Formats: sequence, C-alpha cells, structure tokens
Amino acid sequence: MKVSEKDVAYVAELANLELTDDERAHMLRDLNSILGHIDMLNALDTANVPPMAQVSDRFGADESKKGSERFMYASREDVREGLRKSLDHDVALANAPDSDGTFFEVPKVIEK
Amino acid sequence: MDLSSLTIDSVRSAVQERKVTAASFAEAHYTHIASEDPKIGAYLALCKERAMAKAAEIDSLAAKGEKLPPLAGVPVGIKDVMVTRGVTTTAGSKILGNYVPPYDCTAVARLEAAGAVVLGKLNCDEFAMGSSNENSAWKPVRNPRDLSRVPGGSSGGSAAAVAANMAVATLGSDTGGSIRQPASFCGVVGLKPTYGRVSRYGLIAFASSLDHIGPFGRNVKDTALVLQTMAGRDPMDSTSADIPVPDYIAEMEKPVKGLKIGIAKEYLGEGLDGEVRTATEAAVQKLARLGCEIVEVSLPHTKYAVPAYYIVATAEASSNLARFDGVRYGFRASGVRSLSEMYRRSRDQGFGAEVKRRIMLGTYALSAGYYDAYYLKAQKVRTLLTRDFEEAFKTVDAIVTPTSPTAAFKLGEKVDDPLAMYLADIYTVTANLAGIPGISVPCGETKEKLPIGLQIFGRHFDEAMVLRVASAFEKAA
Repeated sequence: MKVSEKDVAYVAELANLELTDDERAHMLRDLNSILGHIDMLNALDTANVPPMAQVSDRFGADESKKGSERFMYASREDVREGLRKSLDHDVALANAPDSDGTFFEVPKVIEK
Repeated sequence: MDLSSLTIDSVRSAVQERKVTAASFAEAHYTHIASEDPKIGAYLALCKERAMAKAAEIDSLAAKGEKLPPLAGVPVGIKDVMVTRGVTTTAGSKILGNYVPPYDCTAVARLEAAGAVVLGKLNCDEFAMGSSNENSAWKPVRNPRDLSRVPGGSSGGSAAAVAANMAVATLGSDTGGSIRQPASFCGVVGLKPTYGRVSRYGLIAFASSLDHIGPFGRNVKDTALVLQTMAGRDPMDSTSADIPVPDYIAEMEKPVKGLKIGIAKEYLGEGLDGEVRTATEAAVQKLARLGCEIVEVSLPHTKYAVPAYYIVATAEASSNLARFDGVRYGFRASGVRSLSEMYRRSRDQGFGAEVKRRIMLGTYALSAGYYDAYYLKAQKVRTLLTRDFEEAFKTVDAIVTPTSPTAAFKLGEKVDDPLAMYLADIYTVTANLAGIPGISVPCGETKEKLPIGLQIFGRHFDEAMVLRVASAFEKAA
C-alpha cells in the first residue's frame, strides 16, 4: 500500500475536505488502486525529457524570443485589451451565499 | 415535423425562405423534449424565453428579406459546464446548484451571434469528470439507442440530445475524450478541435491545459459549421490562438484520394472489443477504397497515456476546484462556527464522490515529496506522447483509431471501479495531452445495434484535414 490512512487525512486537510470515515476508507482503496496503475510510468526513463505543461510548449513557440513573448498564444498589448470593465458591485454579489450588500460575509475567521 | 432529418443548412434555408419560422422549429423541439426527455435525462434546464426571443429576432430578419447568418434559427443545446448569462449553470454539481452566471461563455455568444437558438443546458458528469454521465449530481443520462446503457461521458447529455432529436447540434467539452466517446456511444459526430482553436472563456475549468470546447452534430458538415462560428482568437482567453481560421466547408469537400492515413497497432491491441476491431478494420478498408494510402505508424508511448493523463488532469483539477469555497458563489454549508469549517463542510457536502476522488489524487500528486515522482514525471511523459504524434505526422496526413475500446456499457457496470472507468479512456486521452484535433464518426454497429465510432486525428490546427477524411468516410458509408 502506497497511501496510508494518515496520508489520506493529511491530503484531505490540504484539499480543504473533511470526508466521513466511510469516504476515507473508499479513498484509501481507490487511491492505492489508481496509484498502483500509475506506477507503470516508472518504467520510462525520462531523465533527459523536458516536462510539458501546456500545448503551447510544443506548438506555436518562437524560441528566438524570451519569456511569454515566445508564445504566439499569449502575447498581447499590455494595456488596451487587458483593461476590462469589472462586474458591477450588485452583480458580483448576486450569487454570494451571504453578503451585506458591500462585502461577502463569512463566519468568524480567527479561531480560538 | 420530422426533427430527425433536420440539418443546420435545412433549418437555415427553411427559415430564410420563410417556409418554417425559427419560432416553430424551437417550439417543435420543446414539444419533443417534453415528451422524450423524461426517459433520457439530457436536459438540466430549458431557457425558453431566451430561445423564443432569439427565434423572433431571426424571423424578423427573414421577414425583411435579409441574408441570415450561418446558424440562423438552428436549435442548439449547451453542456452545463459553459456559463450562460441569467441561465442557471451547475456543471452537473450540487456545489453550483443555484449559480446564475453574470456573463456568457464566448463559444455560446458566438453561436448566438451566428443565429443559433439556445434551447437549454445539457446534463453532464459533475465538473465534466466521468466517462458515463453517472457522476451527474442531478440524474444520469440514458443512451437513446438503449435506455439500459450509458450515453458516455462526460458530455452525455450533449450526445444524447443530438441522437434523440432534442437539438440539431450541441456543444460539449472534452478534457480526456468527453466529446468523442459519447459521440461514439450515441451514434453521432463529435469533434474536439486543437487546443487553442476555440476560446475556453466561460468554460468552467476542470483541467485548463486539457480542456476543449467542441461541437456535436448528426453529420460531419454540421460540426464543421458550428466549429466555423466558434473558432479563432478571443482576447478573453490568452491560450486561444491567433491563427487564421480556414473555410472548413471548402476544405472538407476536397477529395481524399492520395492522402496518407496512419493506423497504429497500439490502438488495436489488448482490451479492444472484437466487434469494434472489425468495424475499425472495415473503416480502414473503406478509406483505402477511396484512394487513401494506408500507412502503419508507431505511437509507442500510448500505453502510458492513461496514467500520465490522470495525474496531469487531477493535479490541475485540484487547483481549479479550490475556488469552490462557499464564499463568492455556490453552496455554503449551514451551522458552521468558523471559516475553515465552512470551507470543509461546504466542499464535503457540495462535491460528489468522483470529484472528491480526483481532488484527492491531484492534491496528493502535487504535495511535498510526491511532486517530482508524479506530476513532473507525468509532464515528461506528456512530452513523449506528443513527440509520438509529431513523428507520425511527418509521414501521414491523419491517423485513424477506434474511439473507444467498447460500445456503450450498462448503467452501473463500472461505477464501483474507478480504475476500470479510467482505462476505458485509453484511445481518447492522447489527443488532449498532445492538443491535436480529433473527431468521432459513426462506423457501424454491434450485433446488439449499439453504435461504434471511428476516431480521426490530425496535426495541430488541421481540423480541415480531420473533417475532410471524416466527411469522405461518411459519404461513402
């Protein structure tokens, strides 16, 4: 078993999930089954292979340029197109579970 | 009105020539949805007011004798992962059960600008995570061909709506096969374009480097027409490509004689159902008879695609879904005493089992001590898989494979075995990792009359070639 009950609890905490005892038991079984399969990747020697985070890493890149300039996808003028009108206050708050009309409201932040 | 024979062109011409109004096309669809959908479950919400307003606008243009735009009056449905202003958008999840977006997804806006009439929002797996539509928090979708079977997923509602004549065309999203596999299961055409071809603005994010929007239709031409209206640079999505959009209909109609079509043994190996294999081989023979040259290619890293995919996709998902915290929109758990408890309880109660599983897997793969072993490793394997395609496309114009190793399976058959469900994505996840376009076109049926799909891959931004091969294949059927 690669993943222990302790790992499940730790990862759930990182992910802001609580999970019931039943869910934790299922998670333990499923994560071990899936990661067991994923281990087949270790058969591949990737020491000299660059990682690929985006399709644009392989396509549409002009390596003679630097930074995001390399990508024909990403480059744009800094100002005009980037300035977008924000949502109006009432529109932005319309879906909030709780608000006072000006701010989103949440339960107490500082815990004792 | 025989809805099953409608195409985009037939609807637009009828409205243009004022033989049938856009309003009556929409009404006929709503009537059909009311009688048919209770047993299929394709729609989550209808937006009749919006649809009838659009239809009236089109009808008044037609009455003035103006030339109508390409999708004028065409009744369409939208997968519920694309936001629609004023129309509840849930992504198939309880956590967004009452979310009413303040803006429109670019793809939807472009369809409407081209005259399409949006009927409603289509059911899907929660946050597009699934291959059977059984992960919808609301209800499963049933396959119109056999109600005991799944329609595929995650765009099961989008495929079923087209198959059951509840829309002429629909939009879906495809992160690991979620357009192509349900198209295959339901016997319709589904196209995943190149990454960057269609803006993702307004698509509720699952895995941002793998997510694509694409069309479903009853024939290849309809998917080409819908793609034509959606494709192209959108300033709201910096990954949308500023690359000219060709005339897909003109390209699609070019002959296929002399084209080199690749077949890969890695897509015809262990796990492939016998009937699907036979149908795929027959399809290859048909392309050969059309004058295509069939060439064997090698895509040697294919067997590593599913494990690499399920690391990359879940890692990105764990990050994207962190935004659902019960603060700005969506579900908030009640009876909580602190902020951190509110986050946990809201997410616990708002997300379904598969979504939690993927968040957990992705968080694990990104966590300290495992990042290099899983996430970085998977990204390197992604490079290898992409190189496989780049190498193959040096010698061939397109590659054909089965879309799915089997035809539609039964509801409940794989629901308790997530790994088995993931492994069924073997032939589709590769195109998402590499970002190349792929289409699924019907290529026959099993003995039980279940549809089988043929998948056609092309080079980056060569949707034209994919459509051309698919169209020639379809016409020869």
